[in-house]
Amino acid sequence: MSTIVSPEKKAARPRWQNALLSRDAVMVAILIATIITASAMLPRFASPLTVGFLLIDVIPVLLIAMPMTLVIIAGEIDLSVASTAGLTSALMGVLWQSGQSMVTIVVLGLIAGLLCGALNGLLVAGLGLPSLAVTIGTLALYRGLALVTIGDDAVADFPVEATSFVTSKIGATGIPVVMIGALLIVLAYAVVLHMTPFGRGLFALGFSTEAAKFVGVKVDRTKFWLFVGTGVVSALAGIFWTLRYSSARSDNASGLELAVVAAVLLGGVSIFGGRGTILGVVSAVLLIGTVNYGLRLERVSDVVLIIVTGALLIISVVGPRIAEGVATRWRGRRLRARVSPTSS
Amino acid sequence: MTSNHEAAPAPVVLELRNAVKSFGAVVAVSDGTIELREGEIHALIGENGAGKSTMVKILAGVHRPDVATFQVAGEDASFRNVGDSKAAGISVIYQEPTLFPDLTVAENIFIGRQPVNRLRLIDRRRMRRDAAALFAELGVDLDPHRIADGLSIADQQLIEIAKAISMDARVLVMDEPTAALSGAEVDRLFTVARRLRDQGVGILFISHRFEEIFALTDRITVMRDGAYVSTHQTAETTEAEVVREMVGRSVDQLFPKEPAPIGEPVLEVTGLTRRGIFSDINLVVRSGEIVGLAGLVGAGRTEVARAVFGIDRYDDGSVTLNGTPIPPHDPQASIDAGIAFVPEDRRKQGLVMDLSVARNATLAVRRELARMGLISASHEREVAEEWTDRLQVKTSSQSAPVSTLSGGNQQKVVLAKWLATEPSLLIIDEPTRGIDVGTKSEVHRLISDLAGRGIAILMISSELPEVLGMADRVVVMREGRVSEVIDRSDAVPEAVMRAATAAREEVPA
Ligand SMILES: Nc1ncnc2c1ncn2[C@@H]1O[C@H](COP(=O)(O)OP(=O)(O)OP(=O)(O)O)[C@@H](O)[C@H]1O
Ligand SMILES: [Mg+2]
Repeated sequence: MSTIVSPEKKAARPRWQNALLSRDAVMVAILIATIITASAMLPRFASPLTVGFLLIDVIPVLLIAMPMTLVIIAGEIDLSVASTAGLTSALMGVLWQSGQSMVTIVVLGLIAGLLCGALNGLLVAGLGLPSLAVTIGTLALYRGLALVTIGDDAVADFPVEATSFVTSKIGATGIPVVMIGALLIVLAYAVVLHMTPFGRGLFALGFSTEAAKFVGVKVDRTKFWLFVGTGVVSALAGIFWTLRYSSARSDNASGLELAVVAAVLLGGVSIFGGRGTILGVVSAVLLIGTVNYGLRLERVSDVVLIIVTGALLIISVVGPRIAEGVATRWRGRRLRARVSPTSS
Repeated sequence: MTSNHEAAPAPVVLELRNAVKSFGAVVAVSDGTIELREGEIHALIGENGAGKSTMVKILAGVHRPDVATFQVAGEDASFRNVGDSKAAGISVIYQEPTLFPDLTVAENIFIGRQPVNRLRLIDRRRMRRDAAALFAELGVDLDPHRIADGLSIADQQLIEIAKAISMDARVLVMDEPTAALSGAEVDRLFTVARRLRDQGVGILFISHRFEEIFALTDRITVMRDGAYVSTHQTAETTEAEVVREMVGRSVDQLFPKEPAPIGEPVLEVTGLTRRGIFSDINLVVRSGEIVGLAGLVGAGRTEVARAVFGIDRYDDGSVTLNGTPIPPHDPQASIDAGIAFVPEDRRKQGLVMDLSVARNATLAVRRELARMGLISASHEREVAEEWTDRLQVKTSSQSAPVSTLSGGNQQKVVLAKWLATEPSLLIIDEPTRGIDVGTKSEVHRLISDLAGRGIAILMISSELPEVLGMADRVVVMREGRVSEVIDRSDAVPEAVMRAATAAREEVPA
């Protein structure tokens, strides 16, 4: 080829090396490092109690982050998730007061979530409206409906069996029993996103709707079901929230949508769609949970916690850019250094 | 023919020597050299992946070369960004211009440097007047008032050129500008290019079409494998010579279809109508047969193909494959039935540019890939490798985003993706757009080979030699109707052109 440069003919990196260098691997490493640091620095941190509280704390965000990941990868967003959870909570309160059984309440709660999601889906997929606008609208709408449903009241007399079930632990490990259910949902979403034809279609859709159409992706139907998914899972999170705090209120889980979106983005999902993994998102959720919990053990105020989450998010966006820039410059300099003796 | 054949050559306006540009382990340009004089049109040619576009991006300030000697108008140049390149008087026109669709033509030309009046407000009247003056200078008829949205690619390119002139560009670089243009549009572009050359602008022109290169340019620079090979006076060289230098061997320009047994009808289209677009289209493609769909750009050929495949709806008519009706407006059903569709615009329709080569190559078979509903990554990679190897796709790795491949190699990935579905009907819209000579005859060989294996092929092409060389039958469309069906034995250029352009009454029944 060239006379002056022998090109770097190194073979492509082996796959395991690529895997180790991936963003997911970095996220997992940071998570582990954070846990180790917290255990070393905070005396009360490494205990079953911590495991229990931490996991119970992150479950709502973890749950909703799953369908949210798919929605964002497909190039859309759903900001109405927390309001859906709140509406479910309000509904539970009213139904419980009217003497329904717990099973009926849970089923009706999930159906409410499904309807919320379906409405979003219809507006976005059916009418082709932008999901950002639609779900900002339904964010207000569903929260408003929650208020209409239950008013300013709080229903707190849920049966002890139900509330103690959601906070019960697996033996002495400190791991909450409901975590098993949450893990199943995480697993299901991971399989759907990374291992099915549907998931393959989502990535294509996120990058290019037009190209996705040409390989048979049913764009509207896909989007509709994604929003139904966020609706149902948000309802589930709302049910969990209500029973955990044994309190059904219209303002339950308010603001949670931003925590979810922040975690998803920190997990490496591109806000423009097309890029992201469940592993990355789960690591990010746990990372934020760990940092928050650790700081809270140190009695750091909630305001600081929000600042920390925000800072993490910004670092996660800016960090890779800086690393890339440095790497490029470094490579260029090395190449120039090798060339300069022979070229004039 | 040109003003350049005088004794003293015109001064050199741009000189890039021994450029190196690598992306990670991929060396896109290993020894790139180009010298452009004032008032010349200079072709840069080379195979797909030879590094032409990378050279263009170095000139445009998009990429910084790792190493290079670079001079513009005799002064050392080093561009940190696109702005630096523009300031040095270099304007680049890409195959697909990026205008702001909601702004008017005039606003697009003067974007970011609008003339202002005494109140420091944008002087719209002057802007329009200046734009109109530019178009007059170029000799084109465009309305500065209209919104850019909906303009043809050809018109958008002219607007980019007008913008370049208004910035006093000394160098105009055009990367495959003609790939998506019709014959008349190409002629208009060439008229403008010659006019600019006569005004002293240096033009660098990239194309895979030799008729264009020999009709338009004064000199030709050949690249191979990222390195400079030679520069010729166009008048003193031949197509065969530069092709040999490009490819490193001699190449048959056209690969005629090999005779194949023609079997039962595979695709039958009856009375297909989409109001206002095309009407009463009847088509039969048999197994082993290549049917060429010819006609002018805008005759409705692509629209018919899209409707057959199910991308667009149609109002009337029916489509059957091997005797089974194909449901309308359902691409997945068409794929399942055995139709493959290689669309004309590979960047937007054929590929998901940010996705890896492997993912793109297997996207159309993602459902067949799944075992019990699940896709294994290693199986996916195997299938992708099988098909990209068969088509000799040049890529650093299967996991590289397909956007990092050269244009021709991207087209091969599109073909790989559809061949992986093992279709019984292949619809292929402009199969060799942006593909170099060597690969072109490879693609032709491949299509012929597929027909030999009993696949029915419907090929849309604006390149007459391609249609005449490959098709068993030529269906000519004009203004949304089939104007004539010509058998291979009668298919001469005049007959096809007459059917494509003549008024309907003159066409013999
Ligand atoms: N951003 C990038 N990252 C990695 N590799 C790249 C990148 N851009 C180009 N390449 C590689 O550099 C080589 C040269 O590409 P380039 O686009 O310059 O070819 P070209 O001569 O324009 O080909 P074509 O005629 O097909 O358009 C190709 O092998 C391509 O894969
Ligand atoms: Mg190119």
